[in-house]
Amino acid sequence: MIFSLNSSTVDIDAHPMKRLLDVLREECGLTGTKEGCGEGECGACTVLIDDAPVCACLVPFAHVRGASVTTIEGLGGDHPLQRAFVEEGGAQCGICTPGMIMTALSLGEKPTLRKVREGLVGNLCRCTGYEAIYRAVRKA
Amino acid sequence: MKGIIAALDLHEPSSLDEALRAMRDDGPLTPLAGCTDLYVALNFGTLEPRRFISLWSVDELRTIEKSDHVLRIGALATYASIIQSKLVRKRLPMLVSAAKEIGGVQIHNRGTIGGNVANGSPAGDTLPVLAAADAVVVMRSVDSERRVPLTQFYSGYRSNVLRVDELIVALEVPAVHGKQWFRKVGTRAAQAISKIVMAAVRSPRPSIALGSVAPTVIRLPMTEGALEEGAPIEEAQRILMDEISPIDDMRSTQEYRRRVAANLLGRFWAETE
Repeated sequence: MIFSLNSSTVDIDAHPMKRLLDVLREECGLTGTKEGCGEGECGACTVLIDDAPVCACLVPFAHVRGASVTTIEGLGGDHPLQRAFVEEGGAQCGICTPGMIMTALSLGEKPTLRKVREGLVGNLCRCTGYEAIYRAVRKA
Repeated sequence: MKGIIAALDLHEPSSLDEALRAMRDDGPLTPLAGCTDLYVALNFGTLEPRRFISLWSVDELRTIEKSDHVLRIGALATYASIIQSKLVRKRLPMLVSAAKEIGGVQIHNRGTIGGNVANGSPAGDTLPVLAAADAVVVMRSVDSERRVPLTQFYSGYRSNVLRVDELIVALEVPAVHGKQWFRKVGTRAAQAISKIVMAAVRSPRPSIALGSVAPTVIRLPMTEGALEEGAPIEEAQRILMDEISPIDDMRSTQEYRRRVAANLLGRFWAETE
């Protein structure tokens, strides 16, 4: 099945009902996308489909046919959000971090604290208490 | 999850006609859309192997439009599109309030109103809104279309009147006259399943609907009648506590739900004066 993955066209063979999360990690070898709860509550597996954040654990592979998928690997490692998370201590155990960053990407330039808090409501972190994450997103 | 995936079969129609023909000719098929409920069951391994039909590419079901005085929301309209819709914001703001609290942006981008109705959870957050607004479920098969009020759509806990060859294609909401009100009570505004959820309209004939207090979403005709006849709110609250029979479950107790439902009625009345 053909779709766009981190700006490259790819052709991946997997069951249409397989979770996008598993296809990314297993068939595509992109393990930056993490599995947290597996039920759409924690946001750890957030990726962008056509620029919209979604939980990859709740998306059948069939639904990305012809779509554009962006994972944390697509940011290249030196994205302003990634740098800000490092500088502000926005990551501790790191499981929620890729999902936090992918969701934060959709918040636009210089979001208010309120917008950040509301925007990240679907991303749970059990380490940081969120304050460092909010600082990182506002700084980026 | 990984074990059963090979046993799952998926139809992928690209038009409504194609989908309806598959429902008639290749059934029984379980429709899936944003998968925000269905894949939770799949991940937990509680979903029996069966055959599915994906409606996600049936774009004609995404339309939100107004004709005459009826707001028609396509079954595939996501919570994100409902929140962004000027039409819904203007005509049914309580649905926007409900959609905003359903989950985070990830769920907004995938979850659909038709899916919320079809899934039929007693805690479904849009259902009290649709019930209070006298919404009608539009169902279509290859050769017929029929309309059933949402309050008559459910035949019991997570069961409904949908026939095996039918799909929910839209929700139709007549003009709502009066001030709209919505409140969800859960452990957290987003991401938490409701302990209790109320939608209501303040008009000469108030309408009040509750979720999470019965096997299906319910309207409260006795409480509504009392308020219509001018009963004091304290009396309406007593009637409400007799009118509902919630249960104890992992999220709450029946006593808590009864008391909070009465408190919500009080809030509704005070905030819509």
